[in-house]
Amino acid sequence: MTEIILATHGLTKTFGALKVSNNISIDLRPGEIHALIGPNGAGKSTLIAQICGTLTPAAGRVELMGKDVTHLSARKRSLAGLGRTFQISALAMEDTVLQNTVLGALGATGNPWFSLRPALKNHALRGVAEQALHRVGLQDVMSTRTAELSHGQRRQLEVAVALTLNPKAFIMDEPMAGLGSEGSKQLTELLDELRVEAPILLVEHDMDAVFALANRISVLVYGKIIATGTVDEIRANREVKEAYLGDEA
Amino acid sequence: MIQETHFNVFILALLVAIPAWAIAVDEPFTVTLMTRAVIFAIAAVGLNIALGLGGLVSLGHAAFFGIGGYAMGILAFHQQTYAPIFEWPFVIEGTKSMPVIWLVAVVASSLAALVIGLLSLRTSGVYFIMITLAFGQMFFFYCIGWSAYGGEDGLSIYVRNGFPGLNTLDPIQFYAICFSILALVLWIVSALAKSSFGLALNAARQVPHRVETAGLNTKRIQLAAFVISGAITGLAGALFADLNRFVSPAMFSWQLSGEIIVFVVIGGVGRLFGPVVGALVFVALEHILGGLSEFWHIYLGLLLLLIVLFSHGGLIGMVCGRKAVHD
Amino acid sequence: MTFILVIEQILNGLQFGIMLFLMAAGLTLIFGVMGLINLAHGSLYMVGAFAAAAVAGLTGSFGLSLIAALAASALAGVIVETVVIRRLYNKDHLDQVLATFALILIFSEGTRWVFGSFPLFLEIPEYLSGPVSLPGGIQYPLYRLALIFAGLLVAAGLMLLIAKTRIGIQIRAGENDREMIAALGVDINKLYTLIFALGAALAGLAGALVGAIQSVQMGMGEPVLILAFVVIVIGGIGSIKGALIGSILVGLTDTLGSVFLPQLFGLFMDTAAATNIGSSLASMAIYILMGVVLIWRPTGLFGARG
Repeated sequence: MTEIILATHGLTKTFGALKVSNNISIDLRPGEIHALIGPNGAGKSTLIAQICGTLTPAAGRVELMGKDVTHLSARKRSLAGLGRTFQISALAMEDTVLQNTVLGALGATGNPWFSLRPALKNHALRGVAEQALHRVGLQDVMSTRTAELSHGQRRQLEVAVALTLNPKAFIMDEPMAGLGSEGSKQLTELLDELRVEAPILLVEHDMDAVFALANRISVLVYGKIIATGTVDEIRANREVKEAYLGDEA
Repeated sequence: MIQETHFNVFILALLVAIPAWAIAVDEPFTVTLMTRAVIFAIAAVGLNIALGLGGLVSLGHAAFFGIGGYAMGILAFHQQTYAPIFEWPFVIEGTKSMPVIWLVAVVASSLAALVIGLLSLRTSGVYFIMITLAFGQMFFFYCIGWSAYGGEDGLSIYVRNGFPGLNTLDPIQFYAICFSILALVLWIVSALAKSSFGLALNAARQVPHRVETAGLNTKRIQLAAFVISGAITGLAGALFADLNRFVSPAMFSWQLSGEIIVFVVIGGVGRLFGPVVGALVFVALEHILGGLSEFWHIYLGLLLLLIVLFSHGGLIGMVCGRKAVHD
Repeated sequence: MTFILVIEQILNGLQFGIMLFLMAAGLTLIFGVMGLINLAHGSLYMVGAFAAAAVAGLTGSFGLSLIAALAASALAGVIVETVVIRRLYNKDHLDQVLATFALILIFSEGTRWVFGSFPLFLEIPEYLSGPVSLPGGIQYPLYRLALIFAGLLVAAGLMLLIAKTRIGIQIRAGENDREMIAALGVDINKLYTLIFALGAALAGLAGALVGAIQSVQMGMGEPVLILAFVVIVIGGIGSIKGALIGSILVGLTDTLGSVFLPQLFGLFMDTAAATNIGSSLASMAIYILMGVVLIWRPTGLFGARG
């Protein structure tokens, strides 16, 4: 059996009478992209929030590298190796691309305390940040104010910031949303490379990207995982067709 | 548009040239006015760390200003009455030495900022504003009732405190002390803003959850900023008390908290020299408008309304445009 | 420490708390619905007091002076809302603080310009003056008792207004979901002006009612405003019930603290020291109460939002 990087066991969360996460168990294995798909309101964001630690589950566990992280804060989970990109860009818009990336590196490589040295002159921090920007192809806009980036560039920056923490696993919440076909293609290539370094749990609406990238797919409907399998298995699954993919697939 | 660093150098030059000119033409009152402006500037530079960099709208910074003031008042009062502050468990005497007073002012206001910060940072937004305002008011009422140190009437200190090697009673020498402290504080703040800490604080204002995701503790960073901010404003309070040789509960008043915010905003929030420009303009307005009309606060209020409703980035924003990015 | 004294002080605390409620209710509604922090609410309190004092001076009628207070503060509220406040709803808190701080300067100095620096006095009417006998042989000022009843009546009216009327439904909708209320076809501008005027009128009423037992002077509003902030932090933003309970807690803590804390310390130290420590502690009591609530429940006892 392969080692499991990230797993949830029986995650359950209710809002009032509504079960938004119903006994969810999924896992993420080395080298894979595991896509999480489902119609709007299926509970994808709530699940991500529980995995990343911004929402506490009512029952169940989250494990990272075999360690129970269910009761760790989002901050501690990041430090433990969970790299996250946000659905809506969560970047400091007034700051430059490089500043945003250096900030990402600060938690793992640097220490914000007791130094009046300029952050951008810290070679260790800057090295990590510039490397990450090279990876996503933003090396030419490092000194640009983030607010001036295109939508696609911001998504790339999100990925670069997550990279700086040198994570064991990525959680990406709709990284393709709002990208044009060219941007989508670029990001698809990047994710394809990235999975070798750390597996990716990918929440995505763009079905072309999902079918092109995913090693496995889990389908979430009304807070419940109704199927997990390879692309072909999911395409062939009757229940998924009825619940979600409709007749198109 | 003038480049911001050029404008800053110009302001520094003004801070040297105006008092020099005043001495040359024998106008000691102008030196006193400039000293007042410089001390207000230090207080506002302190607030700007919390407000400008950290986005923490503190409406209670007069608390730290007042604590700094009372640190001076109490220490000097005991020295001039020859009565120790404590006799038990060990004797603590008063002092007339500025450096010792400054140290006490900074430590005391840091401690107060730590406690107030710990409580008020449990919340954010309007709660934060109301809570800082309320704690400021607590100190105000406490000092009104503190009869040992003059209660409502405050404390008068007969002779200005001393600084080794200088005659602090000479207005220009006292000004030089205050100006040097302002320069030092500005240097610290500019380094702080570019440091890793400043980067994290700046991002915590814009996207707190991102900072957490980077593995940093947002609240702790904001708390540290609040404490540094309070300490600097406290130091300004000690200097202000020495300028007037008088402390009273008015140093704790909510109006003063509001005015310190006004200094920062007139000049430019988050700009290194914003608070300096704001304090200079405020003292100038106070002097000029105050000379024209007993009700000059009405004009100040109208001016402030216009600034809030129609301008962005304060005076420095108008002169220098948008904030430049570092690289 | 007698039983009668305790009851008297409890009534005093209640009266103080109820008047705070009139301030806090308007503030908390304005926070809750419009998301605005209004430092100038204390100025509206002052406007009410001055209007009442001026009209009482002209006509000698207490009733007319109250009507004048309500009208003047509501009118001031409408003017301020349409000219200034309306432009602040979409601005950040710092701009709101500054603009309303500017309004305080204008109102305070404007009042001093018109009425001068000397305090005015508002007299308690004949039919409400003097003490009244309560069960248990307690003599208590009738006017203060009337304040308690008037305040409770207003509180009940306000809760009914919010629970039962069309405007109340719109207010509650506004607190929960600003977009929905526009979708319901409500004229948001009108609703906001109305809420602001309502808050202003309550503040003005409080100013006039309290003006008869204190002096009417410039700057009288801000200490009350800050206490009302403490009330809101304790009660929770947007909650009328929180404002009522917070007000009464603050009123009782402040009044009972200043009377009984020195006596309490007097039990185990000499009188002068006890008076000193006791009264110092009493001046801090409500802020300590606020601190405790913050540790226990950062969003206040009835706070809806995190």
